[in-house]
Amino acid sequence: MLEAAFLIPAFPLLGFLLILVFGRRLGEPAAGWLATGAMGASFVSALVVFFGLVSEDESERRFVQTLWEWVPAGDLAVDVGFFVDPLSVTMTLFITGVGALIHLYSIGYMHGDENYSKFFLYLNLFAFSMLMLVLGDNMLITFLGWEGVGACSYFLISFWFTDEANASAGKKAFVTNRVGDWGFMVAMFLTFTAVGSIQYVDVFGNAGGLSESTATAITLLFFVGAAGKSAQIPLYIWLPDAMAGPTPVSALIHAATMVTSGVYLLTRVNPIIAEAAGWAPLLIAWVGVTTALVAATIALAQNDIKKVLAYSTVSQLGYMFLAVGTGAYVAAIFHMITHAFFKALLFLGSGSVIHGMDDDQDMRHYGGLRKLMPITSATFIIGWLAIAGVPPFAGFWSKDEILAHAWEENPALWAIGLITAVLTAFYMSRQVFMTFYGRYRFADVRPEEIEELWQVRVANAEAAVADAESGVGSAEQAVASATEKVDKAAEKLAQRESEMADADPTDEKATEKASKNLEKAGDGVEKARAGLTEATVTIESAREEVARAGAGVEAVVTAAADSGGSVVVSILDEPDLGDLDEADLPEVARARREYHPHESPWQMTVPLVVLAAAAAVAGVMNLPFSSDLHFLDQWLEPSLFHNAVHLESGGATLWLLALVAIGGGALGIGAAAAVYLKGRFPASKVELSIFARGWRYDEAITNFMGGPGRKGFDFIAWFDSTIIDGMVNGVGRVVRSGSGELRRVQTGLVRSYAAMVAIGAVGLLAWFLVRTTF
Amino acid sequence: MELTTTWYLVLSVLMFSIGAVGLLVRRNPLVMFMCVELMLNAVNISFVAFGADLNDVGGQIAVFFVLVVAAVEVVVGLALVVAITRRRSDANADDVSVLRG
Repeated sequence: MLEAAFLIPAFPLLGFLLILVFGRRLGEPAAGWLATGAMGASFVSALVVFFGLVSEDESERRFVQTLWEWVPAGDLAVDVGFFVDPLSVTMTLFITGVGALIHLYSIGYMHGDENYSKFFLYLNLFAFSMLMLVLGDNMLITFLGWEGVGACSYFLISFWFTDEANASAGKKAFVTNRVGDWGFMVAMFLTFTAVGSIQYVDVFGNAGGLSESTATAITLLFFVGAAGKSAQIPLYIWLPDAMAGPTPVSALIHAATMVTSGVYLLTRVNPIIAEAAGWAPLLIAWVGVTTALVAATIALAQNDIKKVLAYSTVSQLGYMFLAVGTGAYVAAIFHMITHAFFKALLFLGSGSVIHGMDDDQDMRHYGGLRKLMPITSATFIIGWLAIAGVPPFAGFWSKDEILAHAWEENPALWAIGLITAVLTAFYMSRQVFMTFYGRYRFADVRPEEIEELWQVRVANAEAAVADAESGVGSAEQAVASATEKVDKAAEKLAQRESEMADADPTDEKATEKASKNLEKAGDGVEKARAGLTEATVTIESAREEVARAGAGVEAVVTAAADSGGSVVVSILDEPDLGDLDEADLPEVARARREYHPHESPWQMTVPLVVLAAAAAVAGVMNLPFSSDLHFLDQWLEPSLFHNAVHLESGGATLWLLALVAIGGGALGIGAAAAVYLKGRFPASKVELSIFARGWRYDEAITNFMGGPGRKGFDFIAWFDSTIIDGMVNGVGRVVRSGSGELRRVQTGLVRSYAAMVAIGAVGLLAWFLVRTTF
Repeated sequence: MELTTTWYLVLSVLMFSIGAVGLLVRRNPLVMFMCVELMLNAVNISFVAFGADLNDVGGQIAVFFVLVVAAVEVVVGLALVVAITRRRSDANADDVSVLRG
């Protein structure tokens, strides 16, 4: 049955090829079902191999299946082959199992996407690469899978690549991972130099002969690779940005499988780590626990539902590295499996929420979804209890085992781990309370909308001022023209008066006419004066209007500053609209009131329910009560070569540690309830801006890369284009000009060729003579 | 005076040198061609002489191979000579140098 191992990656590869050729014709949903079917078949093959391995004797549980010779190059012989042992089979089981569920979920989630079949194409290619990674019987096959999952991760993060942000998030992930891949490659070269083979079987057999410094170097370089893939300090920055991809991708690649491959790799090479200097694993443990703490603090202040989960993933991976560093490989794998269940569940749950909430990812806009999405919320709550460390859910057992090992290694490691556990409980409770409990906030008017309203008001008042000012302007014009009229009328009056005086007193008609004219001019003057008075009155009223409008602007601005400028909408209370009019609200805000969040289709809820069941009971894999219950421990033993550390503390210590951990979890949940359900403390006391900005790590990198880093790269680019290219081009130029000279020898004269042959023959003859004589 | 192998070899060397010098100094393609034949036959003589001297039939067999090669060479060479003379009747080997670099 073990020969079926090659089928495990073969099915996703077949699915990939079929969708590659027929994807467009299959369309929706056939392409999705095909991909899901391939994963299902792969899962069944993994089960067959698993039972085949179980039926073997414990010492016989190792099987190498070589398909063909791939790279026969001198001493380096690389085969395409699979290494089947408890560790790789454990990995394949949860990769194919969780993978099949997420494929099923994607059928519902990607509904209506224009690149529907392309999505499943990438998903199947990813699954194939991931299975090659864990099943490869040598480091090169593992590296092939390692690069394959990296490429698929890049494709899927920037799946909606028309959005600039998504495209650059993909690039960020890809470039950051290159740093890690460098470590992997150099470690592989070093292993080949030291052992003479990169086949795991040979490496394990000869690891004991490695010198301490070589083993330390290989360990640290593998750790660089693992830190890149598994998002540890200092290379964790790509994972939160990777949330730009579709949510099933976040669940499958960036939570359950790919990001754990660093932990897998370090567990796989445990015989090398066992030879390394003691400080190397300790370094891994400290980096892990620091990552766990830092990521947990950042997760406290994120408002994007997927960002919280992304930082949570970084934090949980930190726990796994802590376990690897303390030699607790079993605990690391245990936590990896339980984490795959509950984190995939949480991600898929968040995807379901996002799906039902009109693609809104801001938790501040959720609230009270428990009744609207019953299945999603029930399963999400199980995932929350699992990650928060509430017994008997899966996360409690695995996290507790890691903390117990940390305690035996160094209480300081344990203390940081415990603080992280409290923070984990806190931020996950915050997420659950903000999403599923409390007031339904989706229909609320949002701060930015209130601010916008106030801005409109201020703009209106300012327009009124401008209006009034232009009124003043026209009134002033009216006064000016009225004054002109008065002047003109007065002039006319003077003219008429002089006419009157000049008129012949004897001519009665003329006199009469003149006096009439004079009268008319007098009337004109009267009228013009009246007009002027009127205009003056208008200007005064216009000025008053300006003053009023000005006061209005001031009033509006102060009012805006009072309410609009400092809108901090508490998640507990409804936003205060003040004297804002409902009718002024933008169209979108009113449309939101009509929106009804809905539960997701069955393709999405079924995986949630299955994963929730797994997250609830996965703890039975490795219960601590009796050594007979350490199923996972016994199962993994053939892969760990007695390198796994076992707990030595007595039962009392372990019980005490467990109680403290439970207390920590309860403290975190209680504190979150006090802040986000009861409103005892303002949330701003917890959500510090330094957390929200991720300790400014991203900014620091950006600044460095933009400043001194940039200069360094410019220098390297200059060096490349001038020195390296110069050398290459120089060789080309020398050959070119040299052959330009040399071609003159080719004269085309047959006799000169004959002469050259003759000279050559004589030369050869002379050489032979010299050699034989002397 | 007995004819030892040396005599044959001296003859071979003389014939070969005449052929080689002739090939280098003459420009008439037909004469150059005959010089090549002279060189080939000089070698043949040395083969036969060594074959007789060492009592090894291989020397004579080698001659057959040389004769075959010479026959083939005649086919190609004469075709070339004809082609050259067809272009210009007074042409010599140095005039056909279009393939110079």
